[in-house]
Amino acid sequence: MSKQTNLHTIQLCSLSIGYAGKKQTKVVAEDINASIHGGELTCLLGANGAGKSTLLRTLSAFQPKLNGQTKVMGKEIGHYTDKELATIIGVVLTDKCDVRNMTVEELVGMGRSPYTGFWGRLRGRDREIVRESISLVRIENLTHRMVHTLSDGERQKVMIAKVLAQETPVIFLDEPTAFLDFPSKVEIMQLLHQLTRQTNKTIFLSTHDMELALQLADKIWLMDKGGGIATGTPEDLSLDGSLSGFFARKGIVFDTEIGLFRIDNQYDAQIRLTGHGQKFAMARKALQRNGILAGRTLESAYYIETGNLQTPGYVFCTPNGTHIPVPTIEALLETVEQYRPQLDTTP
Amino acid sequence: MLLIVASVFLFFMLNLLLGSVAIPLKSVWHILMHTGDEPQVWQNIILKSRVPQALTALVAGAGLAISGLQMQTVFRNPLAGPSVLGISSGASLGVAFVVLLSGSLGGIALSKLGYVGEIALSVAAIAGALSIMALIVYVSQKVKGNVTLLIIGVMIGYVANAIIGVLKYFSVEEDIRAYVIWGLGSFSRVSGDQVILFVILMAVLIPLSFLLIKTMNLMLLGDGYARNLGLNIKRSRLLVITSSGVLVAIVTAYCGPIVFLGLAVPHLCRAIFHTSDHRILMPAVLFAGASLALICNLIARMPGLEGALPVNSVTALVGAPVVASVLFRKRKDDLNE
Repeated sequence: MSKQTNLHTIQLCSLSIGYAGKKQTKVVAEDINASIHGGELTCLLGANGAGKSTLLRTLSAFQPKLNGQTKVMGKEIGHYTDKELATIIGVVLTDKCDVRNMTVEELVGMGRSPYTGFWGRLRGRDREIVRESISLVRIENLTHRMVHTLSDGERQKVMIAKVLAQETPVIFLDEPTAFLDFPSKVEIMQLLHQLTRQTNKTIFLSTHDMELALQLADKIWLMDKGGGIATGTPEDLSLDGSLSGFFARKGIVFDTEIGLFRIDNQYDAQIRLTGHGQKFAMARKALQRNGILAGRTLESAYYIETGNLQTPGYVFCTPNGTHIPVPTIEALLETVEQYRPQLDTTP
Repeated sequence: MLLIVASVFLFFMLNLLLGSVAIPLKSVWHILMHTGDEPQVWQNIILKSRVPQALTALVAGAGLAISGLQMQTVFRNPLAGPSVLGISSGASLGVAFVVLLSGSLGGIALSKLGYVGEIALSVAAIAGALSIMALIVYVSQKVKGNVTLLIIGVMIGYVANAIIGVLKYFSVEEDIRAYVIWGLGSFSRVSGDQVILFVILMAVLIPLSFLLIKTMNLMLLGDGYARNLGLNIKRSRLLVITSSGVLVAIVTAYCGPIVFLGLAVPHLCRAIFHTSDHRILMPAVLFAGASLALICNLIARMPGLEGALPVNSVTALVGAPVVASVLFRKRKDDLNE
């Protein structure tokens, strides 16, 4: 039985979140029923202003809930003392920790604060945990660097190491991939994904990086402005239409076949494209970005031979038999642009 | 660190040794040890003037520097200093009330009252500073953001100064002069008996501020992270501001508003020790503050000068270039990293 409750490390029952003011109460979201499981990476998706941060703040007990229940490890969150909570929930926040003159090791060591004594001295065991945390996020080489000399991505990893040193079963991260370049985003998300597996922690994060979340998250929470929350595996949510309905905006289509989003272009012309492999795919992508539908099965007077990686360049073919070879996709696009008025229009 | 402690001793001794009257080192030693038979005048100079003055500078410097460090940490703002929350303006207000009003209302110029006046000044300054501090602490429990609190503190300071301005307007010239001189700051105002009280007060309060070391280290991370690590933000803010405020209040009461030391010394120590860890910074700041105050006092009454320069001018004139150069060199280091 206890195993059963441990499985749901966080349970929300008809939870309302928002801000209680003196005159009126601003409800951000209400009647949230969901649970977060241990050993899983859960990603909270939602548009700006949907209340992601408010939910995270409520779950980390930074602000009071309006109504309902938030049980963490089987106990209502408000019933924990500050000290207890510090050993149960760890957070990584969006605000940059702009502390100067502090080494990475010292900052990660701060994660031990709930366990250290009056002066905050680290004992042997604490130092060991700091070392382990640093090696879990693979930043051993940064150990003695000053935090203010690090890049945003490195700093984010340091904050994750700090939260690991805190040894909490639950970790909340508020947009950990914001402000990072793409490789760093992927790295951080993969890292968090691996950590859930290695440490069996409950990791819950909010993010705007849908593609990454859809590929790496075990569970997705979709938060809609004024609406409720839809939860499930990315795959289930894509099958039942929640995802496509959620981001139904002009220009974005949810491709149910690959389970990812793509940008929906408006086409005014079409052209037949022959060839194989990468060169074919790239030429197609470039043409479609320019509003020209391209494919093997299309009917058109003009056509393009992309060949394959062994053949050089691309060939643009006109109806009167002229073959114009071009070396790059950039040159191909320029040529196509010249003939654009003559191209077949989309039906 | 040892160097800084040593410099405190060195400058303390120099403070006893140097002055407008030349007294040989051997005689100074004899007077301090109550051995030998030195002229009564020399004994008076050392025991009634130089020792109290050096002690005052030492303790005041340490207190101001610690108070400054606490303010910079609690507000996470490098420009914060002991005077930032208007607590020293509160002390000035208290003094202004007593000095300026006693003349115009009571018909007696307080500046002529001597010893009684001196105590009245200290009491007024402490009362003024503590009441402003109480106000700030009350506000700190009501507002969430540090910046808001900082701005409110600065505003309170302006209001206090405005009231002082009004009081000045209605005062007799003699009292205004007394007030202005108080405002210049001095380590020599405290007389022998009061020095003992001052030193004891600070010797109790400074160690108390050391109890907040872990709290202040956590505050460095910002409210969110500190709170997540189990820190009660409101209570910690209350404790640190109170600790810092009481130190400023007492130092200001005895020495007048001494600027600059509290702002500069923490920066100096961070640059020297390359750390933000308060377990190192607090003792460093304590000794560096004491040392710097002693140096300033030494310069203020350099041999050859008639009387003494106002301490406030010296702290800024000597301190500013020193701190600027240290920070400048540090900036180069940063770039080289």
